[in-house]
Amino acid sequence: MADVLVVCEVMDGKLKKSSREALTIGRKLAAAAGGSLHAYACGSSAAAVAAETGSYGAAKLHVAADAQLDAYATEHWTSAAKLAVEASGAAIVVMPATSTGRDLAPRLAARLGAGVASDVVGLEWVGGKLRARRPVYSGKAFATVELDSNPAIATCRANAFPAEASGGAASDVSNLAWSAGETKGRLVSVNVPETTEIPLADADTVVSGGRGLKDAANYAMIHDLAHALGAATGASRAIVDDGWVDHHHQVGQTGRVVSPNLYFAIGISGAIQHLAGMSSSKHIIAINKDGEAPIFRVADLGVVGDLFQILPPLIEEVKKAKAH
Amino acid sequence: MNSIVCITQVPDTETRIKIGADGRSIDEAGVKFVVSVYDEYALEEAVKIREAKGAGDVTVVCFGPERAQSAIRDCLARGATKAIHVVGDSLRADSLGIAKVLAAVIRSQPHDLVFVGKQGVGTDNSLVGPMVAELLGMPHVTVVTKLEVGDGKVTAYRETEAAEEVIECSTPALLAAQKGLNNPRFASIKGIMAAKKIAIETKSLADLGLADGDVYETRVKVVAMELPPEKPAGRKIDGSDPAAAAKEIVRYLREEVKAF
Repeated sequence: MADVLVVCEVMDGKLKKSSREALTIGRKLAAAAGGSLHAYACGSSAAAVAAETGSYGAAKLHVAADAQLDAYATEHWTSAAKLAVEASGAAIVVMPATSTGRDLAPRLAARLGAGVASDVVGLEWVGGKLRARRPVYSGKAFATVELDSNPAIATCRANAFPAEASGGAASDVSNLAWSAGETKGRLVSVNVPETTEIPLADADTVVSGGRGLKDAANYAMIHDLAHALGAATGASRAIVDDGWVDHHHQVGQTGRVVSPNLYFAIGISGAIQHLAGMSSSKHIIAINKDGEAPIFRVADLGVVGDLFQILPPLIEEVKKAKAH
Repeated sequence: MNSIVCITQVPDTETRIKIGADGRSIDEAGVKFVVSVYDEYALEEAVKIREAKGAGDVTVVCFGPERAQSAIRDCLARGATKAIHVVGDSLRADSLGIAKVLAAVIRSQPHDLVFVGKQGVGTDNSLVGPMVAELLGMPHVTVVTKLEVGDGKVTAYRETEAAEEVIECSTPALLAAQKGLNNPRFASIKGIMAAKKIAIETKSLADLGLADGDVYETRVKVVAMELPPEKPAGRKIDGSDPAAAAKEIVRYLREEVKAF
């Protein structure tokens, strides 16, 4: 028997989507391991999610309700999460592979002497051990890892575990006796860029451009199509390295790995490094004038043609279709 | 100011991955191994700081097999001043095992800043850096895109999903470099020649007071590795009539993607 603890993130008094996904797989693991599901949240509004964590099957919600835990700070969050692990007695700890989860999991693991499987897309309880499936080499291969530590920790990749509520009563809230210790680091400020752009990280649709655009100025066409579709904009490494586009937009092995519902590759030949970052997208449309370009090997719909000729009518058609 | 840069050697990102005969690792035959890309940003930042201060060492630390020597030489050619190679089969170690090795080396060296790449390209765990920091009791900042070095403190800019956090911490501190932090230099001929004169210190786990059981095949073990399922071939259409091609794309968006 093994209990499962899910480390949740709260925003505006609600669970983030990635936390609901983590709770869903946490519940399934708890059922497989014959244990119960615990949730944990921190910050001044943490207790407000008890109804939500309950609806995902968590009998108990461990809470560190201190305003000093409102914003993510490594040292405070680590000491608080450690209390939650101890209070729950969980043998499995699951958290979302968000920027917070990725920073917190290794620090917590080192404190607990625990093993971690990061960015997993599959989790199973097999023979009393946690087994995780995770992409390696940016999805060019998949590794199955077995964890043999108590607790065993896993961080879950976004969109890998669709959130499904189970419809339970509100979790019992249990307060942790956390108090702030000395810290060596502190969050000075958070800069939120003034932009209407959709962030690449969890975008449902991504429109990416590459060298086929010929000139930095032509990247405006990528913006236009993305705008018409309500999509995030991406780029190949080649045009990021050439300074056409900021590196935040780079899709690929050394950029962001994305798996949206729809991915548009425009003027991108499909270097293996780029394919690694996008080939798990659900629907892939490619436009390229070279019919032999490797991008066509992963495209569901490949259009061999001149992007400068095809994009203007395409943008118009998309606008029309959206308007209906 | 002394910096330590932890590096790892990985397959070049253009590598076509093949699974090894044991079914739980990659086939290394014919693979070109390079310094992990994010480690290049880590190294460059340390070298830049040394150049700005005009003093201190930049020590490269690497835990890896014999072949990792070439990656260490590459770092020396790009401005590192010292190098320590812990020789071992790092692929059989889990992240905490690797962190224990690196932390043991770092303890024995003077250090104000410790740099790592935000992830090892390939294993893609993003775990070792914060683990090293925890073992050494120092603060860390991950995904750093900008760094300001002050007196006894640093200010690091950290990239999150849709924002940037500004974090101040006391030194010694560990920083995990992200693309954008700087523009790594290439090795110059002069650098390559100078690097040849620097001896790489080699150590074993035993030299560091670690047992195999602390590091290898413990906590996290890779039990299988496989290639992703083959995707069925898609449809390729002729786009020489732009208007017709645009209409076909929109039809696909409507009927198959359900975008509208």
